[in-house]
Amino acid sequence: MTAILNIKDLRKTYAGGFEALKGVTLDIEEGEILALLGPNGAGKTTLISTVCGLVTPTAGTVTVGGHDSQRDYRAARELIGLVPQEVNLEPFEKVWNTVRFTRGLFGKPRDDAKLEQILRKLSLWDKKDSAVKELSGGMKRRVLIAKALSHEPRILFLDEPTAGVDVALRKDMWDIVAELKADGVTIILTTHYIEEAEAIADRVGVITRGDLLLVEEKAALMQQMGQKQLEVELVAPVSTIPAALAPFGLELGAEGRSLIYSYDTRAERTGITKLLNAIADAGLTLRDVKTRQSSLEDIFVNLVSEEPA
Amino acid sequence: MNWAAIAAIYRFEMARFFRTLLQSFLSPVLSTSLYFVVFGAAIGSRIDEVEGVSYGAFIVPGLVMLSVITQAISNGSFGIYFPKFIGTIFELLSAPINFLEIVMGYVGAAATKALFIGCVILVTSTLFVDLHIAHPLAMLAFLVLTCLSFALLGFIIGIWAKNFEQLQLVPLLIVTPLIFLGGSFYSVSMLPPVWQTVTLFNPVLYLISGFRWAFFGIADVPIGVSLLAIAAFTGLCLAIIWLIFRTGWRIRS
Repeated sequence: MTAILNIKDLRKTYAGGFEALKGVTLDIEEGEILALLGPNGAGKTTLISTVCGLVTPTAGTVTVGGHDSQRDYRAARELIGLVPQEVNLEPFEKVWNTVRFTRGLFGKPRDDAKLEQILRKLSLWDKKDSAVKELSGGMKRRVLIAKALSHEPRILFLDEPTAGVDVALRKDMWDIVAELKADGVTIILTTHYIEEAEAIADRVGVITRGDLLLVEEKAALMQQMGQKQLEVELVAPVSTIPAALAPFGLELGAEGRSLIYSYDTRAERTGITKLLNAIADAGLTLRDVKTRQSSLEDIFVNLVSEEPA
Repeated sequence: MNWAAIAAIYRFEMARFFRTLLQSFLSPVLSTSLYFVVFGAAIGSRIDEVEGVSYGAFIVPGLVMLSVITQAISNGSFGIYFPKFIGTIFELLSAPINFLEIVMGYVGAAATKALFIGCVILVTSTLFVDLHIAHPLAMLAFLVLTCLSFALLGFIIGIWAKNFEQLQLVPLLIVTPLIFLGGSFYSVSMLPPVWQTVTLFNPVLYLISGFRWAFFGIADVPIGVSLLAIAAFTGLCLAIIWLIFRTGWRIRS
């Protein structure tokens, strides 16, 4: 896979002195879905806006399909579709006209068949002659997506596509994203719903206070999440782990009052039965047993809280 | 040049106009008729002729200019202010287009609407007065240039305005007085000498004077000066817009 979007040391300081991006570097592979996770005000929207041309960067470069987003902005922008966070649509315009307008703006010749295909895919075809203001909130979001897809972009930015959207519509949105990916569109979406990133992303980036803290394959993150810990609390504290328990790779808890066992929940055998038997055989008495699973949320919260305020 | 984008903006803006075609058509017809009743019939009957032209006919160029300038400014400013207000301007900023293409689309549409209104008023006025146009081509050229240059001014106002009040401020406080004091309904030669000099600083005077020359062959200022003035005004507006897009002032952070 090759990178379709290269972001290099991108910085943005707003006129008021607020540093929204503090040198973000990120390569996005063609055809992947990248979820940018971060709390409100982390810089997610600034990052997207800078790549799309709504915000002028203070420093750094963005290359889209090999085209510099500043010097060669026409070629760069033609490859990008943007679905903004706010439902910004002309209320009195018909769905068909507003979608056709966007295609024209991006310099593409009229192609009714293509627009029909997009509208059908988004279940908007029978609404094509309705004014935007007559549509439900979910439909309006679909219109935004239809507009962004109207010029057949290779990269689609979705800025919090499911913020304030009900569960059914959220699932709908995920299905749409999956279909777009199947069509070969590269998708970058921002969200502050961790389950959303888990559900649809190939890679997850965590951004906070203008810094990109981590970008990792979701599978690798899941690996960490798949790790579960079993904590066995003992009636009598021990100073060292008994030799018989060495094969389990245990850690000693605070003041020797507990033994901590890490295991993979997805493994065929977790080894818990064996461990508990071995503990009993070693003559230790159990007070309590608890398990703990690290979630993407934990990882996220840890990362975010490690940052100095 | 992204011609498809210019066409898309132009078509989109014109669609807004056609949605309210009846209002767009009726209001200038009505207001022109009122002007003719008040100025032409009531006041005009007491004024014989101005420089050999009947008063009713004399005010036609001024009336057309009054409406055309007002319409060009309001359409030009609203066209770009509305996307800013409802947030759809993000599309323009993320599209592969430059400032000239955006301006051509929006200003072209605003000027077309103003031109349409101007023609409606001209036709309406023939119901009230006998009109002979001395230089039809020059008349048309002046009309088109006025529509374009004031639509450009409107575009600047639309970008500058932060709310609907500001959108109305410049047209109400500056442009309307300038039009009324620019010789729309009188010849500058009818004023006392001091005021004649003051009026020379009013840019609209040059427009109305040139426009009137195209109709009747009479003018307050030489036609060449009128042409120069409108060219300079158009150039100034274009330069300001170029600067706005270059710096991203009030549109791109």
